[in-house]
Amino acid sequence: MNKLMTCIECPKGCRLTLEPDGSHVLRVSGHKCPKGELYAKQEFENPLRILTTSVLAEGLTLKMIPVKTSQPIPKAKLLEAMEQIRRIKVQCPVNLGEVIQANFGNFGVDLVATRSAQKPKVS
Amino acid sequence: MRSRELVIVGGGPAGLAAALAAHEHGIRDILLLERDQCLGGILNQCIHPGFGLHYFKETLTGPEYAERFIQRVLAIPEIEISLRSFAVKLDSKKTLTYLTPGKLETLSARAVIMATGCRERTREMIHIPGTRPAGIFPAGLAQKMINLEGWLPGREIVIVGSGDIGLIMARRLTLEGARVKAVIEIQKESRGLVRNVTQCLEDFNIPLYLRHRIVKIHGRNRVEKIEAAEVNDELLEIPGSRFEMACDTLLVSVGLIPENELIEMAGAEIDPATNTPKTESLNHTSIPGLFTCGNAFKIYDLADGVTKDSLLAGQQAAEFIRSAS
Ligand code: SF4
Repeated sequence: MNKLMTCIECPKGCRLTLEPDGSHVLRVSGHKCPKGELYAKQEFENPLRILTTSVLAEGLTLKMIPVKTSQPIPKAKLLEAMEQIRRIKVQCPVNLGEVIQANFGNFGVDLVATRSAQKPKVS
Repeated sequence: MRSRELVIVGGGPAGLAAALAAHEHGIRDILLLERDQCLGGILNQCIHPGFGLHYFKETLTGPEYAERFIQRVLAIPEIEISLRSFAVKLDSKKTLTYLTPGKLETLSARAVIMATGCRERTREMIHIPGTRPAGIFPAGLAQKMINLEGWLPGREIVIVGSGDIGLIMARRLTLEGARVKAVIEIQKESRGLVRNVTQCLEDFNIPLYLRHRIVKIHGRNRVEKIEAAEVNDELLEIPGSRFEMACDTLLVSVGLIPENELIEMAGAEIDPATNTPKTESLNHTSIPGLFTCGNAFKIYDLADGVTKDSLLAGQQAAEFIRSAS
């Protein structure tokens, strides 16, 4: 039985058709670029997502620091990852791209800041 | 009264791109007004990925996309940035008044670019009958509360309208531990990108009710439940299709309105149906030397589109200044 899915790699959102064979994908069609084929196979075998959220900041110019996982993590673990992120507080100034937590939650990825925030200037 | 070559109102993606392009095309006296405490505009609260695929050929989150432009603008001394500066008055001669802490400034500009973005349509505009309890938020406001302020607006959520902000918020609220019970859309299809239906709703098994509308909101002090019903192709309620859903929060994601009150005040012609300037050409208004760009000119699907067209606005303003001198 063929499986249908929507490619989420870009805003075109191609409708993909997969011909699976057990736990593998034999053929993909409907993609307008090569990324779609890779996405389909990954999504069928082990769906991954980049997690973006924000963490509490203390004593910085922002109340919340937006963060993301440096690589996609398993889709089924997103809520579990959020549980861990909720415990994080950032106190040091951060620059865009700086690691907030290395090897986050044993997913083999880092949690990185997606915005810079400094300490407020005391005047 | 001080005079400036180019004044840009708004420090979001549109204003930043316009400033960079105007500088690149030779303008050396640029004032950029931003009402918030920092540059970046709405991108600061759009912490999800998906930005930059066209412009940078990679996927970035909103703040990352913004910061690339902010760093470029900050590196150019000829672009003066005035934060916490709120434009309140504009006339057809491009005299602009703005409010900044402690004072009201007036200046005249040879060209003005309004990069003022848009605001959200509200519950009042879609006529949902019922009480007026707390717990009803425009989706973008809820996004700001969660992503910038760190508050959760509610625990049991219904979202009306399936625009991209509503879809993104369905996922965001789910990740933050709220229960999103439904997204209700009156049209036959989602108004948002299909990828957002997939990654924001289907990923979390959030039901999308197409061809449905909210017929009533219940609740004394706080929202307690909503009543929804299916509608036919004429958008009329189908008898017997009503059902109730308990919730404490209703998010409204029913579209955006370009923010153009100042150019209207200046006397530019406005199309009342869209609240955008009446013009034949991109970024122009009916007043020479007064430009608008980004979501103020028209609502864009993607920030990349805003950047592309706003770069052109900066160039257009530079050419106007040069040709007029
Ligand atoms: S297949 Fe390529 S073009 Fe189509 S949605 Fe995926 S990334 Fe975009």
